[in-house]
Amino acid sequence: MELTGAQALMRSLEMSGVEVMFGLPGGAILPVYDPVLDSPIRHVLVRHEQGAGHMAQGYAHVTGKPGVAMVTSGPAATNIVTPLCDAFMDSIPMVVVTGQVAMSAIGSDAFQECDTTGITMAVTKHNYLVTDAADIPRIVAEAFHIATTGRPGPVLIDLPKDISNEMMTWYWPDGVELPGYRPRSGVDPAAIAEAAALIRTAQRPVIYAGGGLLKARAAEALREFAEMCDIHVVTTLMARGVFPDRHPLCLGMPGMHGNYSAVTAMQQADLLINLGARFDDRVTGNPAHFAPGAKVIHVDIDPAEHGKVRVPDVAIVGDARLAVEALIAALRPADGSDTTAATADRSAWKSTISGWQEQYPLQYDQPSSGHPLKPQYVVEQLRDNTPDDTIVVAGVGQHQMWASQYWKFDYPYTWVNSGGLGTMGFAVPAAIGAKVGQPDRTVWAVDGDGCFQMTAQELISASAENIPVKVAILNNAYLGMVRQWQELFYAERYSEVYLSADHPDYVGWAEAMGCAGIRVESAEEVVPAITKANSIDDRPVVIDFRVDTEEKVYPMVPAGGSNDDIILGPEGDADAVLKGSAPS
Amino acid sequence: MSGAQGDGAVVSHAQEPDLHIFAAIVENKFGVLARVAGLFSRRGFNIFSLAVAPTDDPAYSRITIVVDVHNTDVTQIAKQLDKLINVINISELHPSDSVERELMLARVGAVDLAAVVDVISEYGGEVLDHTDDEAIVSVSAHPDRLDRCERQLRPFGLHVLQRTGRIALRALDASEPAVGMAS
Ligand SMILES: Cc1ncc(C[n+]2csc(CCOP(=O)(O)OP(=O)(O)O)c2C)c(N)n1
Ligand SMILES: [Mg+2]
Repeated sequence: MELTGAQALMRSLEMSGVEVMFGLPGGAILPVYDPVLDSPIRHVLVRHEQGAGHMAQGYAHVTGKPGVAMVTSGPAATNIVTPLCDAFMDSIPMVVVTGQVAMSAIGSDAFQECDTTGITMAVTKHNYLVTDAADIPRIVAEAFHIATTGRPGPVLIDLPKDISNEMMTWYWPDGVELPGYRPRSGVDPAAIAEAAALIRTAQRPVIYAGGGLLKARAAEALREFAEMCDIHVVTTLMARGVFPDRHPLCLGMPGMHGNYSAVTAMQQADLLINLGARFDDRVTGNPAHFAPGAKVIHVDIDPAEHGKVRVPDVAIVGDARLAVEALIAALRPADGSDTTAATADRSAWKSTISGWQEQYPLQYDQPSSGHPLKPQYVVEQLRDNTPDDTIVVAGVGQHQMWASQYWKFDYPYTWVNSGGLGTMGFAVPAAIGAKVGQPDRTVWAVDGDGCFQMTAQELISASAENIPVKVAILNNAYLGMVRQWQELFYAERYSEVYLSADHPDYVGWAEAMGCAGIRVESAEEVVPAITKANSIDDRPVVIDFRVDTEEKVYPMVPAGGSNDDIILGPEGDADAVLKGSAPS
Repeated sequence: MSGAQGDGAVVSHAQEPDLHIFAAIVENKFGVLARVAGLFSRRGFNIFSLAVAPTDDPAYSRITIVVDVHNTDVTQIAKQLDKLINVINISELHPSDSVERELMLARVGAVDLAAVVDVISEYGGEVLDHTDDEAIVSVSAHPDRLDRCERQLRPFGLHVLQRTGRIALRALDASEPAVGMAS
């Protein structure tokens, strides 16, 4: 069968199991948009290419399947660089197809030419410039293989326009042959045995659960492991939901804005069992002062993570689920007795932790007058008035931290956010992608007013395509997170952080985009607004929650400081500058 | 002589460089060198020299990279490099376990050609071209010996100097590398 390169591309995407793609056409990708009309793949037309990338990411987050986006050359390719970098940082499987000028024009500064493979080399797991239409099926098959195996990540395929028009004889490869790419998944039994020995004798162990567990679909294995060994679990920002927040062994989020028990348990642990996390600086604070007394078991499918930040005592390369299952097998006594009996006495440690939990819970104070409306209160009411398996998608800033802190995640794949890159504007498009991937679930974006203004236009795409997401804007009239740093570390000299609560008119804007718009100004209006939003299913909903402009995120560990210097509330503000600096 | 450098990799000139040699077999494809060089710069690894050419199988190239590993974990370099899809394998060559060579071409003042020949013949070098007052010489030797030869030629007037960067192979009786990975 003879196909054009464009037809071969669409067919290859179909063969790769793609059901939906996000994109926007233009000159160099025009040939491919013609067979889009004949393909069973659903195409969601975006309003800005950054939206296509984040939608693909949101889709991938909640389905575990690779997200796919397609855009044209030049400015469209540069518009999607941010989502590529975001997916690279957070190990999200994604395949992006970009149009390119014709081969004969490459290097001539042709109209909308841009060195897309050059620009994206540093933010993709791999990328391709297609130079022969006959290579298209092979390259697409390789791209999906690379994106979804090992440590997942984004792969880009740059497709010159003449290659799209070139004829090729259709084939579909049996498999892929990549001599330089053999990700390891199986785990080394010797390393498992060493790890098991450390776990048996540890007196103050903590499981440091990272996003790799979600990639490995290891939530059940984790739960069995934690319960069997009776060890507390912290869930990083990327791993929220992998272990139920309501579980008695759950300590919640660690790190710069983590809660006291999670941060301090890690700090004072004698053993950290890192499962698919990467000792990110937002978790460790100053690594020289992080968990000084802890031995480290580090499970990661990417061997380069071992020793990158912290040298592990036991390094286990491989799939996190296989590793956890192997640990369970190694630690389960042959006689079926209680495993905890075989381990060191941890009663003192456990009572210390419960003491912290009682003494230092997360806290805020919603005045009974209803004013000012506290953002944490809004998150709690959202949490309590939506289905338990609601998917929550956050932007980046204070609202993201409050959402992560105050939501109770009981299921994996219910939390979507931009962790590593911290991309403002992530929430709206990622929520749309999540809703496309899980149409039967309720999807709420918890967004900041600043973030919302960066990508809100995608709500037009959602209205047009009938994708009824819901957006809660925690409108504090500020680039709040930056305001918080300026308040604490720059002596309240507020520089370029005020946004205004009234401009734009979020309700009017939402309605103009085909959404329902609701404004909430005091605590009493919160629940009725949420109830109303939940009842609307024929279009997106935006709620403009006018929240306290001065509320800050606590706890907080100033950057460069030690996690021992955690600040619990406003009474610690004066010390902030002594303990560290504003985060970079 | 120094290649891609990220800001994070600025090495103080006061420090003696701590050079390690890596040998990588890579697919001989468009853009592979850019991937390798880009990786070094964005991870803050400091390339001291780099030599690349196809192997006996033209589908692959062998890259010899000499890295100044001040402030860098050697295993990180190998592991990060190994993540590149087009890198087939990578190993570290310890100087004591390997055979190293580098080639130098130089245009030197040669009013006294015999004296120049005296210097380079000690290193097995040869004169490739000469006029009344200038010569082009070629010397292939261990890079440390090449440094010495270069110093000895300097008084004659070193007008143009081109060195290739070192290439290296594991010595025949050397043990397997401490850092080495096949994909
Ligand atoms: C694209 C981008 N630009 C700038 C930043 C730096 N930044 C981090 S949080 C933040 C403020 C976000 O404001 P808003 O969305 O209103 O959230 P808030 O902190 O007020 O909840 C900024 C500017 C960023 N993370 N991403
Ligand atoms: Mg704000």
